[in-house]
Amino acid sequence: MPDASARSNGHLSVDLHQQGPIPLEASFACAPGELLALVGPSGSGKTTLLRAIAGLYRPSGGRVRCAGETWFDAATGISRSPQQRRVGLVFQDYALFPHMSALANIMVALDHLPACERRKQAQAWLGRVRLEGLADRYPAALSGGQRQRVALARALARSPRVLLLDEPFSAVDQVTRRRLQRELAMLREQICIPIVLVTHDLEEATALADRICVLHAGRSLQQETPEALFRRPASPAVARLLDRHNVFEGKVVEQHGQRRLQWGQLSLEVARGLDDRSPGETVDWYLPHSDVVLHRRERPSRGERENPVSARVVEMVVLGGITSVALAIEPGGDTLRFELATHAARRNGLALGEAVQVSLLASGIHLMPRDTLSDTLNRTPS
Amino acid sequence: MDWTALTVSLQLAASTCLLLIPLGLWLGRTLATARFRGKAFCEALVALPLVMPPTVLGFYLMQSFGAEAPVGTFWQWAFGEGLNFTFSGILLASLVANLPFAVQPIQRAFETIPANLREAAWCSGLSPWQTFLRIELPLVWPGLISALALTFAHTLGEFGVILMVGGSIDGETRTLAIAIYDRVQAFDEQGAAIMSAMLLLVSFLTIGVVYGLAGRRRWRHA
Repeated sequence: MPDASARSNGHLSVDLHQQGPIPLEASFACAPGELLALVGPSGSGKTTLLRAIAGLYRPSGGRVRCAGETWFDAATGISRSPQQRRVGLVFQDYALFPHMSALANIMVALDHLPACERRKQAQAWLGRVRLEGLADRYPAALSGGQRQRVALARALARSPRVLLLDEPFSAVDQVTRRRLQRELAMLREQICIPIVLVTHDLEEATALADRICVLHAGRSLQQETPEALFRRPASPAVARLLDRHNVFEGKVVEQHGQRRLQWGQLSLEVARGLDDRSPGETVDWYLPHSDVVLHRRERPSRGERENPVSARVVEMVVLGGITSVALAIEPGGDTLRFELATHAARRNGLALGEAVQVSLLASGIHLMPRDTLSDTLNRTPS
Repeated sequence: MDWTALTVSLQLAASTCLLLIPLGLWLGRTLATARFRGKAFCEALVALPLVMPPTVLGFYLMQSFGAEAPVGTFWQWAFGEGLNFTFSGILLASLVANLPFAVQPIQRAFETIPANLREAAWCSGLSPWQTFLRIELPLVWPGLISALALTFAHTLGEFGVILMVGGSIDGETRTLAIAIYDRVQAFDEQGAAIMSAMLLLVSFLTIGVVYGLAGRRRWRHA
């Protein structure tokens, strides 16, 4: 049922659930002008959710609403056709019509206009995606990047109420991908509709999205800005899906009237979250790479007195300017990972087997609720 | 030269194509896109005339076209005439015998269209019918032309089924292929040779025209 406030702001809200054949339990929202990335491993239901928004897949339960209109409501039996929903969908392989020129592909989406307008508009769209000279080319004669631009122009030509992008950058080479991502970021400023991007590339999601929704096995686990998500994952499962390594188990203890986090033999100071826990409770906690500070040998470092930890270097991988370091914590046995500039690693004489001192910044330690899902996820070997 | 037989042959081939191509489009598309129980059985049924000896197929058709049999009884009730030894009878037999030639190339063509092309058309605002006409039909065009060529040529040359169902009635069921056989039986080898050459020419022209039509697709080579 149209609701005035929702209509005026063009929000997309999705809340879908079903047991099978593809299990779904996802709910997320996207505001006009916002880019929401659906991120998850293969088989996490990203594309199914996108297809459900477009009206190409009908789940057994839930609702999809956009711009104040109910597009799908299992309870009342409403399910609008893809034509009625007016969505712009860019498929993973672009799905251009092979028997039509670039211009004709775009004109298909402009059927509602008078014939003379159609060509003019389609040409304008080709211009906006910088393909002016290629109007008469057939898809077979276009490069991957050019095809993607035609697909994007076709999706946007119909003035859709939501733009859906299904891994649109996966079929092109690295250089083209960067360029297309930049173009999408610029194009976003001109269109004020919700944009939902499906990707399994975290880097891409971080670079492009305002918010990221993490999915696993059809379930939406967390929606946050990329920065908040990487600093405060909602659960160990989310942390692992985001390829974060420093997830550990600890116990809440009380020492001299102060709550601390017991991690193996170490007792850690935590800035936030411990007061809500009761002593003796086992908690999962996470520390971003950036909050592991290496002590310099000669000079005192920032936060040196905060949670000092002695460790031994067990792995060092140089990836260009960045060195990834794994430390074995003595005597707990957990492995702590962090990254630092390769020149800093050299200056500090980091080497395999070397003993080092690091600080775990109390403000970075993030306590997470224990969840059942984490047991179903494979723990990454640390 | 038996011009009447040639006319019967051409009429039969044209009518078969005209009736079978729409059916082939529907059946081929359904078999390519729909998922249903018993699909493999349907496909086998469509392919059956391909592997059956024409005389066997003709025999069964003749049996079912008889005045006592269901198809024959229905036809008699609906149109007031029998099916055996009539043009309607050989046309019906020709439709059955040519089913795989019409359906299979069209089905293969539909199978090559990625499902998301259809979905892209819907998202672009095209109705299912518009999607069929503007997206699917142009893409299956080569398959459609193949089906047309195969059906036409195969009908021109069909012998066993036609002979069993229609016999050799002048101006009604005697096609060119049967006329050739009759000529040979009557030791008129020259007559048979002329008619054979004519059948060869007509078949070749048909295939040529039809493949010429199929070849005109810029986008494949663009």
